[in-house]
Amino acid sequence: MTAVPTSPAPLTKKDYKTDQEVRWCPGCGDYSILNAVQGAFAKLGKQLHETVIVSGIGCSSRFPYYMETFGFHTIHGRAPAIATGVKTSNPALDVWVVTGDGDAMSIGGNHFIHAMRRNVGLKILMFNNRIYGLTKGQFSPTSEQGKVTKSSPLGSVDYPFSPIALSLGAGGTFIARGIDVFGPHLEDTICKASAHKGTALVEIYQNCNIFNDGAYKGFTEKEVRDERILYLEHGKPLLFGANKDKGIRFDANFQPQIVTGADLDKAFVWDETAANVAPAMALATMSEGEFPVPVGVFRRREKPNFETGIQAQITAAKSKKKESIRDLLFAGEIWDVS
Amino acid sequence: MQTSNTTAGTEKGLQDLDQIVIRFAGDSGDGMQLTGDQFTRTTALMGNDIATFPDFPAEIRAPAGTLPGVSAFQLRFSSFDIHTPGDAPDVLVAMNPAALKVHLKELRKDGILLLNTASFSALDLKKAKYEKDPRTDGTLDGWRVIEVDLEARTLEALATSKLDNRGKERCKNMYALGILYWMFHRDMAPTEKAIAQKFAKKPELVEANLMAMKAGFAYAETTEIFQTAYRVPPAQMKPGTYRNIMGNQSLCLGLVAAGQKAGLQLFLGSYPITPASDILHQLSTYKHHGVVTFQAEDEIAAVCSAIGASYSGSLGITSTSGPGMALKAEAIGLAVMAELPLVILNVQRAGPSTGMPTKTQQADLLQAMYGRNGECPVAVIAASTPADAFEVGYEAVRIAVKYMLPVIVLSDGYIANGSEPWLLPDPEKLPAIPVKFAPEGQPGTKFMPYARDAQTLARPWAKPGTKGLVHRIGGIEKADVTGNICYEADNHQHMVDTRAQKVANIAADIPPIETIGPRTGDVLVLGWGSTRGAITASTLRLQKDGHKISCACLRFLNPLPNDLGDLMRGFKKVVLPEMNKGQLAMILRAKYLIDVVSFSQVNGQPFKSHDIHAFLQKTLASLGSTRDAGSAKETRR
Repeated sequence: MTAVPTSPAPLTKKDYKTDQEVRWCPGCGDYSILNAVQGAFAKLGKQLHETVIVSGIGCSSRFPYYMETFGFHTIHGRAPAIATGVKTSNPALDVWVVTGDGDAMSIGGNHFIHAMRRNVGLKILMFNNRIYGLTKGQFSPTSEQGKVTKSSPLGSVDYPFSPIALSLGAGGTFIARGIDVFGPHLEDTICKASAHKGTALVEIYQNCNIFNDGAYKGFTEKEVRDERILYLEHGKPLLFGANKDKGIRFDANFQPQIVTGADLDKAFVWDETAANVAPAMALATMSEGEFPVPVGVFRRREKPNFETGIQAQITAAKSKKKESIRDLLFAGEIWDVS
Repeated sequence: MQTSNTTAGTEKGLQDLDQIVIRFAGDSGDGMQLTGDQFTRTTALMGNDIATFPDFPAEIRAPAGTLPGVSAFQLRFSSFDIHTPGDAPDVLVAMNPAALKVHLKELRKDGILLLNTASFSALDLKKAKYEKDPRTDGTLDGWRVIEVDLEARTLEALATSKLDNRGKERCKNMYALGILYWMFHRDMAPTEKAIAQKFAKKPELVEANLMAMKAGFAYAETTEIFQTAYRVPPAQMKPGTYRNIMGNQSLCLGLVAAGQKAGLQLFLGSYPITPASDILHQLSTYKHHGVVTFQAEDEIAAVCSAIGASYSGSLGITSTSGPGMALKAEAIGLAVMAELPLVILNVQRAGPSTGMPTKTQQADLLQAMYGRNGECPVAVIAASTPADAFEVGYEAVRIAVKYMLPVIVLSDGYIANGSEPWLLPDPEKLPAIPVKFAPEGQPGTKFMPYARDAQTLARPWAKPGTKGLVHRIGGIEKADVTGNICYEADNHQHMVDTRAQKVANIAADIPPIETIGPRTGDVLVLGWGSTRGAITASTLRLQKDGHKISCACLRFLNPLPNDLGDLMRGFKKVVLPEMNKGQLAMILRAKYLIDVVSFSQVNGQPFKSHDIHAFLQKTLASLGSTRDAGSAKETRR
């Protein structure tokens, strides 16, 4: 590993843009995510040469070409595995993974859960548009059941899963959700993810205006969003509505309930650092139709990092034993022939 | 044992032989591998040349006493230079009826059978699929049978030991070892030392094991059933310092030595798989050399993490066997496109699919050469003996970083677990492995990730964290020099040609092919990988008989050495024994339009040299080659 000098020079959003023409469809949610990432990186003063963005395959995975950092556009689903190699081999690097719901949840599901489990210092931005965009519109593991697509003309039979719930189950230490059209909130969430030492997941609801247009408009449109979005704020009760006149509490079986009026003070006070995973799991799995959609940080727990543990073993072993190549080879039972 | 120069010993009952082949066979739990290993170490220290072949089942512990549970260890030691662990054993140690059933047919006629008679009940015989007791129905006629109830003898010998009876019985392999040590005039001291080390925390085990061994030795010395002991004088070996080594071990040492020489951190991404797991185990003990080992969630993550490590400036390595290679194919393609150094170790086993994990084969050559989508050439090199794996591991690193490309190393189960004395190299004389990372970029200039070295065509290795080098690469086709995404027809043709040329350029880096025998003649026997021993042994025998036959073992399979075509054309026939259906033969026929004769064996076992010998004799006869005693010049490797 090499020590990377950190002498922050002031950088602006513009400094993170490359000379490459952005090739997403006009109107794609990816543009606003790119903007939020560049905004967050500028705010955090990230140095171009210290930052590596690794992606898989899919529309989202074109992301590295548009960021003036080190970028590695790899193969379908494998970005977390490649990024784990990058980060473990040189923990001083700031390593980001950009992926999508097909890339991370389907073909790369295994690498995703193991990255979460190991707590490698990777920041994973998963663009979830609930559809396969690059292959022109097949259902994805996050598409709602009954989705009519080219590969499911009678409606998909598959059930979707929640990437947040999956990550909670995999032992993730930082799990958050943002939405492409909520730019400032997304930028803020990305900053929080960056501050986290271990694996950080930001699921980003992203509109694919070509193959799944309006997937999220039921809770993102200006007229409805106040009533339909639940902002998770650490240390504050779970309240929503234009006048914050509705809340979420949990019953004895940890089922979420909407409370109003006199019961509003029974709203659950959100603790993103809680050891108990149950409240976050309940929020991640509650019905999108019946309940507001939570955004913000579901979970944030400190736990030693994988790469730190690995490098610590190396450092300790090196200080304990020095061995030349000769000593390495001329070891065990050796004998001389003259 | 019916060797040419058997002479009467100087002591009463001591006979000199020039070589012996012993096979230990018993239940998986009988400690046959340990017993064989101890005999091997002792014999190596006593200065004999030695070659070993462990042959064990995939099951960790198949039901005791059954045929699938039989584990064996064959070793051959000699007072001359040997190349294989031998064909038929001179001595078979059979620990139960099942071991007898599986291995007796291989024992040389008139050979010695040391048979443990402790478990010959009707049930034991049934488990071994014997209808009658083989000791009484004539089955053992034609062999020199020595029957010993090893369990009873061991229990007797350990009367004073604190172990329970089960623990005592488990020392019976050491009792058998003691018998063999007397029979073959071996020194017990190295084993005493090794056992004391192995069970350092359990003194009662050390005591019992050594007591059993010494009792076995004394039993053989005093009882009348053993009339002769044999002695195999030390071999005339090249001067130097030796160490007995297994293929997986020496491969690891080659990698670590290369990493040190290159000043690179090694990063192994691996997923456990037989027979490659020992590479993961061993490299994880070299943390003090800065070796990072990552046990990944699967084969794909293993290779991908190694690619990530190489991308960030370490030397990425991944180790696996055939099924794992199939899973890694797409990622290897990425490394080819990204033009990153990567070392892929394939310890081949019998396939297809799961196949026979503990059995050997070399049927992954075409997979290594072509098993990826697109035109996707990589360097392919093969280890040919346990000791040779050191040089091959070292060479793989050197080539990968010099040419910035993936190198596939082919080993196999036979090399991985087999062992031989290794003449240790002088570390100072190992070739240099210069590594030059791209320097910091100057302000105002743009880094060109695919600007190439004029000679090797290698692109620069640009470590993230270095100022002024930010760039984007990936699996999409890119324009040469700039690395920008590019779908233009002419550029793609150019890049495909360039990636192929990079591999082809390595040929200039390969020394001429070493042959055993003259570079012209009647028959050239070509080989690659672990067939080397059997090929060499049969060729030397035929050369001695006066035939115009030579042999050579190829280390580089892609690219092939520049002098291969001319070499083959210097012979009337080229014969290529392979443990596959003729894969290299197919490549050579296609590339050189030479009628290479394939001699194929795909049964999970290494070639026996007498099978190759017989095939070569037939080939020579078909050419009308007659013995021409005295004209053939014998050279040794």
